[in-house]
Amino acid sequence: MKRLDAKHPRPIRWMHWFNVPLLFGMIWSGLLIYWANDVYRIGVGGTTLFHFFPEWFYSALGLDHRLAEGMAWHFALMWLLAINGLCYVSYLLLTGEWRHLAPDHRSPREAIEVMLHDLKLRKSAPPQGKFNAAQRIAYTGVILMGGGALVTGLAIYKPTQTAWLTSLLGGYEWVRWEHFWLALGFVAFFLVHVAQVIKTGWNNFRAMVTGYEVVKGEEPGHE
Amino acid sequence: MSKNIVEDAAPLSDTAVEAEIRRLTRRSFATGAVGALLGGGAATWIATRGLEDGIQWPLRRVLRFNESVSQAIFGPQRLAPEFAPQLATDLRVNGRVGLMSAAAADNWSVHVTGVADRHIPLSAIRELPMHEMTTEFKCVEGWSRIVSWKGVRLADFLQKFGTPSQYVGMSTPIDGQDAQGNADRYYVGFDRPSAIHPQTLLCFEMNGQPLTEGHGAPLRLVSTVKYGYKCIKRLSVIDLTNDRPADYWAKRGYDWYGGH
Repeated sequence: MKRLDAKHPRPIRWMHWFNVPLLFGMIWSGLLIYWANDVYRIGVGGTTLFHFFPEWFYSALGLDHRLAEGMAWHFALMWLLAINGLCYVSYLLLTGEWRHLAPDHRSPREAIEVMLHDLKLRKSAPPQGKFNAAQRIAYTGVILMGGGALVTGLAIYKPTQTAWLTSLLGGYEWVRWEHFWLALGFVAFFLVHVAQVIKTGWNNFRAMVTGYEVVKGEEPGHE
Repeated sequence: MSKNIVEDAAPLSDTAVEAEIRRLTRRSFATGAVGALLGGGAATWIATRGLEDGIQWPLRRVLRFNESVSQAIFGPQRLAPEFAPQLATDLRVNGRVGLMSAAAADNWSVHVTGVADRHIPLSAIRELPMHEMTTEFKCVEGWSRIVSWKGVRLADFLQKFGTPSQYVGMSTPIDGQDAQGNADRYYVGFDRPSAIHPQTLLCFEMNGQPLTEGHGAPLRLVSTVKYGYKCIKRLSVIDLTNDRPADYWAKRGYDWYGGH
């Protein structure tokens, strides 16, 4: 016996999907800005293992010599991303939906079990609600990262007006670095998220589109 | 409607459940497609608009909107942090526009135009109270350097030699030319609150030395409430005006305000 279970409320779905092009636009315009002073790298001492970013990356994506354009888009889309994010967090708090997302004291251990299960190193996955422990940590983390991107962005955008904030975050130079790594963090989240969604399958993905999940099992009391 | 079917009615047969989820999926994807078209259409529309000073006009409007938000919510006199002078480092010469003509630092004077019209010799500017600050110079490209500056407040200059105006336009020598004889001039516009900010200085010295030619000798502007592209070198003309002055980089797609 199959049935439809309501999974994701409509506002969550709308805001989730709104976020996709907005975050993409912010990262794209952020790259246009970053190109003008692309100083970050992964390296040990004087040895650079990876430079963000190689020339071919900019030229392949056409990201070079577009600083003014990048800034204009970045400072336009920032409003939409911030408003969408604030609405999302407010909705979670006002409706109690945050309870599905927030990790609890069991989450760290369970998240490891989930990962071992995903890597096929463990037979069973721990019991879960709407989201498993790894999801709770990842989704709550990415919301906090969103807040971090907003705050570090403001500290770079208005470093004199928000001088206290800029100093608190380690000073102008560090804040730019933090903002950059948060952006890379979003990209990493995106890649893992999409891979996991593909792995989990259509029914799960469809729930974020329609709101409903097809569930197999007996309806209680209908034997 | 769908909610009622799904949640309230008697349990559906498997086929009915499948039919219902297909209907919901079609509907949601149709909504998503419309949304994607609208969003993609809006982005394409913006990207294909005519340019207003080097940037699509809807984006220029947003920059202006952001400027008014900044002015409404931020304190115009808020100070940037200052650092110990020992932390000062050398500054890269990042732009030479307006510096190409042969320098004539002797007998330099600043021509105040607009509502006032007078020539102020450097010696008269030096008589204003001197201020030193070690602050973080921030380039729009994304880098910053801690630099020590010495000079007089533009606020003091304007009070003594100017008249109140909504904007302050500034320029390198009007008749500047490069070696090939092409016009070579750099110019910036300041809103009045930024012009009279206590950390907006007309500087004679950088890091304890008189300004070099590349850094704008004999007189340059430095402000902690603007990006470096607003900090004009080799200042020759100060125009007091109530019309928004033209700005070299703002004409090339950058934000006119560039405010910090």
